[in-house]
Amino acid sequence: MQLIFEKSMPGRPGVRLPAPDVPHAEPFPAELSRKEPPRLPEVSELDLVRHYTNLSRRNFSVDTNFYPLGSCTMKYNVKVMEDLAALFRDCHPMLALLPGGAEMAQGPLSLIWELERQLCEITGMDQVTTQPLAGAHGEMTGILMIAAYHRANGEKRRYVIVPDSSHGTNPASAAIAGYELITVPSAPYGDMDLDAYRQVLTNEVAAVMLTCPNTLGIFNPYVADVCRMAHEVGALTYYDGANLNAILGKVRPGDLGFDVIHVNLHKTFGTPHGGGGPGSGPVGVAQRLAPFLPGPRVVRGEDGKFTLVPSEKSIGRVSDFFGNFGIMARAYGYITRLGKEGLIEVSEQAVLNANYVMARLKEAYDLPFDTLCMHECVFSASRQTKDGVHAIDIAKYLIDRRYHPPTVYFPLNVKEAIMIEPTETESKQTLDDFVDAMLEAARIAATDPESLRQAPVGTPVGRLDEARAARAQQVCCE
Amino acid sequence: MTYCPNTPEEIREMLSVIGVETIEDLFAPIPKELRARSFDLPPGISEFELMDRARQLAQAGGSGIVPFIGGGLYDHLIPATVDHLGSRAEFATSYTPYQPECSQGTLQALYEYQSGICRLTGMEVSNASLYDGGTALAEGALMALRVTNRNAIVLDQSVNPLHREIVRGYLAGHEAQLVEIEAKGCEADLERLSSAISGETAAVLVQNPNFFGSVADFTALAERAHQQGALLVVSCYPISLGLVKSPGEMGADIAVGEGQSLGNPLSFGGPAFGLIAATKSLIRNLPGRIVGETIDRSGRRGYVLTLQAREQHIKRHKATSNICTNQSLCALRGMIFMTALGADGFRELAQLNYDKAEHAKKVLALIDGVTLENRAPTFNEFTLTLPTDAGSVVQRLLARGIAAGVPLGSYYPGRENSLVVTVTERRSREQIEKLAEGLQEAVCS
Repeated sequence: MQLIFEKSMPGRPGVRLPAPDVPHAEPFPAELSRKEPPRLPEVSELDLVRHYTNLSRRNFSVDTNFYPLGSCTMKYNVKVMEDLAALFRDCHPMLALLPGGAEMAQGPLSLIWELERQLCEITGMDQVTTQPLAGAHGEMTGILMIAAYHRANGEKRRYVIVPDSSHGTNPASAAIAGYELITVPSAPYGDMDLDAYRQVLTNEVAAVMLTCPNTLGIFNPYVADVCRMAHEVGALTYYDGANLNAILGKVRPGDLGFDVIHVNLHKTFGTPHGGGGPGSGPVGVAQRLAPFLPGPRVVRGEDGKFTLVPSEKSIGRVSDFFGNFGIMARAYGYITRLGKEGLIEVSEQAVLNANYVMARLKEAYDLPFDTLCMHECVFSASRQTKDGVHAIDIAKYLIDRRYHPPTVYFPLNVKEAIMIEPTETESKQTLDDFVDAMLEAARIAATDPESLRQAPVGTPVGRLDEARAARAQQVCCE
Repeated sequence: MTYCPNTPEEIREMLSVIGVETIEDLFAPIPKELRARSFDLPPGISEFELMDRARQLAQAGGSGIVPFIGGGLYDHLIPATVDHLGSRAEFATSYTPYQPECSQGTLQALYEYQSGICRLTGMEVSNASLYDGGTALAEGALMALRVTNRNAIVLDQSVNPLHREIVRGYLAGHEAQLVEIEAKGCEADLERLSSAISGETAAVLVQNPNFFGSVADFTALAERAHQQGALLVVSCYPISLGLVKSPGEMGADIAVGEGQSLGNPLSFGGPAFGLIAATKSLIRNLPGRIVGETIDRSGRRGYVLTLQAREQHIKRHKATSNICTNQSLCALRGMIFMTALGADGFRELAQLNYDKAEHAKKVLALIDGVTLENRAPTFNEFTLTLPTDAGSVVQRLLARGIAAGVPLGSYYPGRENSLVVTVTERRSREQIEKLAEGLQEAVCS
């Protein structure tokens, strides 16, 4: 498809702006002016609408396709939440920061406060901040708070421990806060090797970061021991909430001994992913870390009024205002709509769906960790590599079958990983059809591997030359 | 009840395929002593009851108050096409475009966005968005530390104080030295900024227009920074770039900014997006996702996420940034907005902001005891000195349904009588007059 810039015709009028109701000012000083207007596309309104409508049709999306991909819960995005978020579109956040302004913004402030209380109860933490704008941003916020906590105790610790199956954001976030990384290998049971962990656990360790259930969809039965051992050497424990969808109402990170957590609202609480964002990554903490939370905090007074108060030993703001409020509003709506039983059902059905898919695919694909899984399971395409077919080829074949591929080549501790997370919003029929496509892929791998290596063929473009893109570095049109 | 579709019969079938009796059996791997000690949430409600409750909350959101306030987010018009196209489910409910063959919609739209941002800022390369204006500035600072291999940052205090707070937090882990240079009234102190640059300086961080509304030319500052081997990072306000000299024209190395003004509603502070653009030589140090052009096996043009080796999912602790999820959909809205206005429309919109604010400036400065503080030209914000405490004036005017501006006292101790007033194209002459009346009464009584 042509770029919008290629459809541009100089002189074609854009949107009509309101007529000025004030006199023209003296011209803006020439020495501070830009030389010519920015070269933005000039197209008719119809051409604009047609262009982006047709572009959108070159996308898979949850509303059009099944996304069985692990580590990034792609569940149904409930429509009414869009209407709910839109109610607040004209609320200016600066209003709440003006003297007497919080009085005028009681609605949104109470929504933030309620969402914080909901998340505290769901995760078992004492306090929550909604400021972080994504999961990784939450990780960074949490690690900065951990650093501040150690500093306040007169300590400067050097290391953060992560398992080899961790998300890449964990080590990257720890590095931003100035920590060095220690990676602990996995044991045969599928999570951190406790002996290896014990050996690296010294009083130079600031924190250990865990995902639970982990990226293999395995719940670590020793998770409370991992936390206890960390606490014994004065280290803190961080919970990556990417997989919270598996354990709503079943397990709470706070009860397990985690000091800091983040929650991905765009995963567990069903807000739309938007092609990679926006998300929202609220952070929960145990009481001893509460003084370090980003401020200002929303506080409810005796009279039921909400005010903003500074946070005493705060690490400072991590975003401009109160977080991605529109996303928070959708998550608040989702939690309120489903309620206690609804959220428990979410986890139960997510785990049921994942185990069902796993049971049905075991025949055809290697399963490195053959136990009951939680919300996701990780297969390996190593059996198929004997025929010269790799995880990526199976992924591309699925595109031709109109499924978004599972996550491939992650986690790093599984060769040729194929990571499947069906979520709770898919029916058995959808899962059966998907399983059939996966079984078909395995059959074709053995009989006609070349055709898999050619996939996809039914898409606007076939496999793209990524090496060429990296060499050319063509990232905008001239 | 919920959005889980399986019937009891299907659930029974599935359990038997798995080889367990009950759903509870699936949770057997979790030791009993680790189970939740509490899960005390109210029962669920219908979507209709939910909307009734939400409407009540939204009614107490201050959206009826006339905003002469900014502080980084601005009340701008949004053409209908932006909402309609930007909320298309194919865009909104899609995943990160890691699988390019089924994500060409998002990828091409983001490539167009990157192109639009480059043209707007006068820079050569852009990423596909960051979180917001403050974090974009912080990422710009971190980028400069990486590029120059130095560890001192010079920060102008006329940069938005909320953004400066974020920069301080981001730099905390880097043991970077941060030198903040006090503004001269409402203008950046260019001389002191220049002389603060040394052979240790990674970058100078400035904002245009600054927090007080003043517009500056940082061309000489860029030259001085380059002589010392340092970078210039300019935080810009996209709408102003219809009129104001762009960071690229000034010789900036990195341009950052808050993208909300490009077609994203205020939404009580988010979601919007942060923009970051740079000179081509810095591309490998850009944080976040970047879309690049390439071809498929048949030679058809297509788009992919490129240079991913910089990113956390490949490089882990050695990544250029920890950012993963960005603000993709908000950036797309930004591109649709830029296209809806077009080259001339964009300039016209900037002009409209300028004209309205200049008119307000004249009208408000006529009030006894009220003076204009800015010495430099301003774009759509300016700073007034009132004869009394600006905070209490603002509080009094709120009762009349007007948010008169942002008082400086809590951000700049000693400037309690100063007020930053924002006038976008959405403020009518009548509203400006009402503000003048209100101010007049508040300062006279």
